[in-house]
Amino acid sequence: MIKKGLSPFQMAMATFRKNRLAIACVGILAVLYGSAIFAGFLSPYSYDNENREFSYCPPMKVHVIDSDRKLTRPYVNQMNLSFDKFHKRIYTEDKTKSFPIHFFIKGDSYKVIGLVPSTRHFFGVKVPGRLHLWGADSRGRDLLSRLLWGARISLSIGLIGVSISFFFGLLIGGISGYYGGKIDNLIMRMCEMIMMIPGFYLMLALRAAVPTEFNSLQVYIAIIVIFSFIGWASLARVIRGMAISLKQREYVLAAKALGVSDIKIITTHILPHTISYSIVAVMLSIPGYIMGESALSFLGLGIQDPYASWGNLLSEAMGIIQIKFSPWILLPGFFIFLTIICFNIIGDALRDALDPTLKSEGQS
Amino acid sequence: MSELLRIENLSIDIQGADSRKSLIKGLNLSVDDLQTVALVGGSGGGKTTVGLAILQLLAPAMKISEGNIFFSGKNLFECSQKQMQEIRGNDISMVFQEPLSAFNPVFRIGSQIAEVLQIHTDLNRKQIKNRVLELLDLSEVSDPKRVASYYPHQLSGGLRQRAMIAQAIAANPKLVIADEPTSNLDVTIQARILALFKKIRKELNISMLLITHDLGVVKFLADRVFILNEGRVIESGATNTIFENPKESFTKKLMELI
Repeated sequence: MIKKGLSPFQMAMATFRKNRLAIACVGILAVLYGSAIFAGFLSPYSYDNENREFSYCPPMKVHVIDSDRKLTRPYVNQMNLSFDKFHKRIYTEDKTKSFPIHFFIKGDSYKVIGLVPSTRHFFGVKVPGRLHLWGADSRGRDLLSRLLWGARISLSIGLIGVSISFFFGLLIGGISGYYGGKIDNLIMRMCEMIMMIPGFYLMLALRAAVPTEFNSLQVYIAIIVIFSFIGWASLARVIRGMAISLKQREYVLAAKALGVSDIKIITTHILPHTISYSIVAVMLSIPGYIMGESALSFLGLGIQDPYASWGNLLSEAMGIIQIKFSPWILLPGFFIFLTIICFNIIGDALRDALDPTLKSEGQS
Repeated sequence: MSELLRIENLSIDIQGADSRKSLIKGLNLSVDDLQTVALVGGSGGGKTTVGLAILQLLAPAMKISEGNIFFSGKNLFECSQKQMQEIRGNDISMVFQEPLSAFNPVFRIGSQIAEVLQIHTDLNRKQIKNRVLELLDLSEVSDPKRVASYYPHQLSGGLRQRAMIAQAIAANPKLVIADEPTSNLDVTIQARILALFKKIRKELNISMLLITHDLGVVKFLADRVFILNEGRVIESGATNTIFENPKESFTKKLMELI
């Protein structure tokens, strides 16, 4: 007898689960997004907690063996700043002063998931000590903390931007293909107008149109809106093509014969059939949004100091001097790279799972 | 007996790139209440087109050049899009020839039948769920609960056709247009589906317009027959009369094929 039906989606997920690399990437992204959500708790400091005496402080060593060669709780030593004759910063560990790392320690205030105020941090050292596990930036702000806070912006912009532009792309593309004729013509010419202008310059121009007195939250929203405005057009074009072919299926005629309204036919009988394409396209276009935000912020047009995003953290690494003497400030670049690779691998794996006809060559 | 559907002098053209070919030429047909009327003709003769014209779902290339269709006294060609949506499924519904392609492959059978109820009735979620099972039961599906949870491709041809019938009668329509409802089924299943039509038509007081090329089906189900050839009705009358005394050679030819 026939077994209880697996939905096409469940079947695709079974294939997807066999791809170990993609599963690993899902894991990495889960960790990244998880730490972004709990950035306040996981980071030892707030994003704007600065101490100029720790400017470009290198990553601190965590010791577990004390000066008497006994195992103790992890601690860091005091870092003393001095300059050499070329005014290069030299940090030396002061073995006599050590600060043990405490867990669930009180520190800067933040809000858990933006709601519950709290001052507890997962780990940290007591003042006057400072803890910079991954080094500090020019103003002596903890890079690990800023990376975590920046992840919130950099990682969420991709998801929110993609959801908005896909909502519009799907709906507008579906309407355009389903109705055809004049509506189709008008919408498609509009898409082409947007696609005609090189994306990055359009982004810069739109950014310039945003009032300068906007606060950081407003800028963040403005960036998302800009990305969504640019992003929907290319998707709408593809969905329109699919809708034109799908609307000629007999089940669409059958749905019409049963009195289903046009908009419902588009949303329930046409768009779900574009889902395998859409999911892959979503996954493969998120990196574009993350890169876009990073590029804007790197150029100083996006998220402004003291707020952190991976792009504006990376903008500190613009000069050869900084890269040469404090290479840890390139870390945000590594995380951008990691995130984008993960999304791409997951996108490829999803494509293989959802649409066997598109399966890339040379993979089993 | 009052008249439910009347097609008056209907002509349909196919609009090509630079030519116009007429497909249906002045067709007259009527269906009375509780009557089953068969529209019989060769393939490619425009029988399905007539069915779609009633629901106003013709492909853009098909143009109605003249004629009127009245349903319960209302001229369907004067109805707005919105009024037509109300009529489709609710007053007139259709059973298609190939249920595999007439069901959306990505949704379960149950939810596709439920969709009709959501549109045309005020039932709540739970009532709809029960009604779907009732409808499947009415269509003589042996295990309604399980069948409702299947996807179209998992069912056999006969079961799919039963599910399709359940969907068509979901909103208690007055008229069901059945377009070659048994052509893709093997003979034993055909007989059962026809018996099902007979039962349902009686229980739910449904009139039927049966579109077919198979006079065997006509003999079993129809009260009146219209024979369509080259876009015109060449012969019509009560089923018995036609079968006993066919006048036209085309009709005779069709009868030899039974």
